Amino acid sequence: MKKSFKMQDLECAHCAAKMEQAINKLEGVEKATISFMTQKLTLEADDAHFEEILEQAAQICRKVEPDCRIIK
Amino acid sequence: MNRRQKHRLYRILLAGLLLIAAVLSPLEGWLRFFAFLLPYLLVGWEVLKKAFLNICRGQIFDENFLMSIATIGAFLIGEFPEALAVMLFYQIGELFQSMAVQKSRRSIAALMDIRPDYANVYREGQLIQVDPEEVEIGQRILVKPGERVPLDGLILSGSSTLDTSALTGESLPREVGPGSSIISGCVNLSGLLEVEVQKSCEDSTVSRILELVEDSAANKAKAENFITRFARWYTPAVVFSALALAILPPLLLIQSWSLWISRALIFLVISCPCALVISVPLTFFSGIGNASRQGILVKGANYLEALAKAEIVVFDKTGTLTQGNFAVEELCPEGISPEELLETAALAECYSDHPIAQSLQAARGRSPEQERVGEIEEIPGHGLSALVDGRRVLIGNEKLMEKFALPCQASPKPGTLVHIGIDGRYAGYIRIADQPKADAAKALRELKGLGVKRLVMLTGDRKEVAEEVAARLGIDQSHSELLPQDKVKQVESLLRSKTKAGQLLFVGDGINDAPVLARADIGVAMGALGSDAAIEAADVVLMDDSPAKLPLAIRISKRTRGIVLQNIVFALGVKIAVLILGGAGHASMWEAVFADVGVCVIAILNAMRALRIKKPGKD
Repeated sequence: MKKSFKMQDLECAHCAAKMEQAINKLEGVEKATISFMTQKLTLEADDAHFEEILEQAAQICRKVEPDCRIIK
Repeated sequence: MNRRQKHRLYRILLAGLLLIAAVLSPLEGWLRFFAFLLPYLLVGWEVLKKAFLNICRGQIFDENFLMSIATIGAFLIGEFPEALAVMLFYQIGELFQSMAVQKSRRSIAALMDIRPDYANVYREGQLIQVDPEEVEIGQRILVKPGERVPLDGLILSGSSTLDTSALTGESLPREVGPGSSIISGCVNLSGLLEVEVQKSCEDSTVSRILELVEDSAANKAKAENFITRFARWYTPAVVFSALALAILPPLLLIQSWSLWISRALIFLVISCPCALVISVPLTFFSGIGNASRQGILVKGANYLEALAKAEIVVFDKTGTLTQGNFAVEELCPEGISPEELLETAALAECYSDHPIAQSLQAARGRSPEQERVGEIEEIPGHGLSALVDGRRVLIGNEKLMEKFALPCQASPKPGTLVHIGIDGRYAGYIRIADQPKADAAKALRELKGLGVKRLVMLTGDRKEVAEEVAARLGIDQSHSELLPQDKVKQVESLLRSKTKAGQLLFVGDGINDAPVLARADIGVAMGALGSDAAIEAADVVLMDDSPAKLPLAIRISKRTRGIVLQNIVFALGVKIAVLILGGAGHASMWEAVFADVGVCVIAILNAMRALRIKKPGKD
């Protein structure tokens, strides 16, 4: 399943790259890209665990940039 | 400016005033320290807090952390004004940067501002405005002059002209009337239109285009990936050299600690690669935004990057280089009058909707009297046989004539020949040809000028036709009489013959050449306005059917790449120069702040030039 999400308060380009790298390492993630310009996360992942993976991705984002939220 | 940015600005202004006051004041000792510490905390508190929180989360090479270390270090070695100034400028830079990014996001959004705000519908006899998302398929909407068409649909009544420039970049208005389909995003120029909605808001052309441009950011260019990888190494490398610089010379050479620590702090200030990490994707995104404004949809920064390296451009002939509508060029009767030949042919083909049959009807100029025709029998791959005014008419290609043993003529001129036999006697042929598009030759010349090595044309048409068109347009190589699967094979063999860095473009109408579009390095679909299949299949979509858009796309690609390269060279050059100067003791904190924040701002401003690449220039 491939879905894209809007990201709120993504303020630093370098952080976006870090988040992207970390999300790509999650199990079940096929491909994740974060665009700083459009403030969008495109997540391609396992259908069965999509919600879980999304939650983990949100945690990663919070860890890198505390104010950043993924809008579902 | 948003609320956050305003707060930041106030703090910066206040801290700036306090800095001036502190520098001018005669305070000494601890009082002087506090005079600088107060504005420092005012402007840098957020940075210190973030740095602390991030260390707790295991994020060490974070720019907040680096700035904190650099400024705290400066305080410790007694460089109070420098410490405060670095933090102050860092914050000014951050503010400027966030405003610049916000502005460029907005200007890209403004370029793409084709989303209609409302639709006019009748509800209980009253005309009201509703959100286009609330309108269902099959409902009727009203589009007034001057309004943007909110949803794709079919015109029930009214006629008007439409401005499609927001979608195609083409300023020529399009005429529409009852029965024409209408696409969202166009602007209704003159008449009132009643439209039956055929697609929901999310499937409408406008939504699909916007989605496509936004998603394009997910396909990153090689340059972007390079910068991301580079940034991952650059920061730790600079930080460790700073550490080495602070410790090794004082220990080994027994020199003053404060001297080398202050040089190390300069390194820390420069260690953030932000100028590159922001400006490179920004440039590509601006380039994509600009292209879409001109009616060129690029589905990813990787394709925009690759377009500049086009080496072989392969064209489908019909509909791409030629107009794709056939017209009768010549009547060549034998034993009957030309009028009779055309009339007989048009009548025999009266039930066919093949383009050739339609060109016969168009040449005759009146709708066929179907009652004069009977006993139509299709002979697949050959043509057909029909009874016209009681006479047995055979109409079709050379093979049909051979089959019925009618000796037929050949023509030295290009085009498709339609042979006609009446009651067992050959009656002559009609030559039908397709015209090259008006701007095709010019577009091909421009491609050559932009560095394309080979222009190739593939067609299912006859060899004579292909060669004539190729010669007229300046095509280097043409392959004719190809079946769809042969086209894939031709493209594969061309792919093997190109250089490694060069790219192969295939340009087609995107309707029946999806496999070829997928096989090429970059598949370009032309004349795709309103064709979902073409938008789906291609990497680059030209919304209208003008070949001139192709050189324009390559030009935008080259400009964008140029700006990316300038930024990489400039940002790295300045940073490395200041690192060397700083290590040797010839640069101060001030130069370091410029190398960090100043460079970033300049790179962003440069990146935004990619938004403003104009239509074919004289350049």
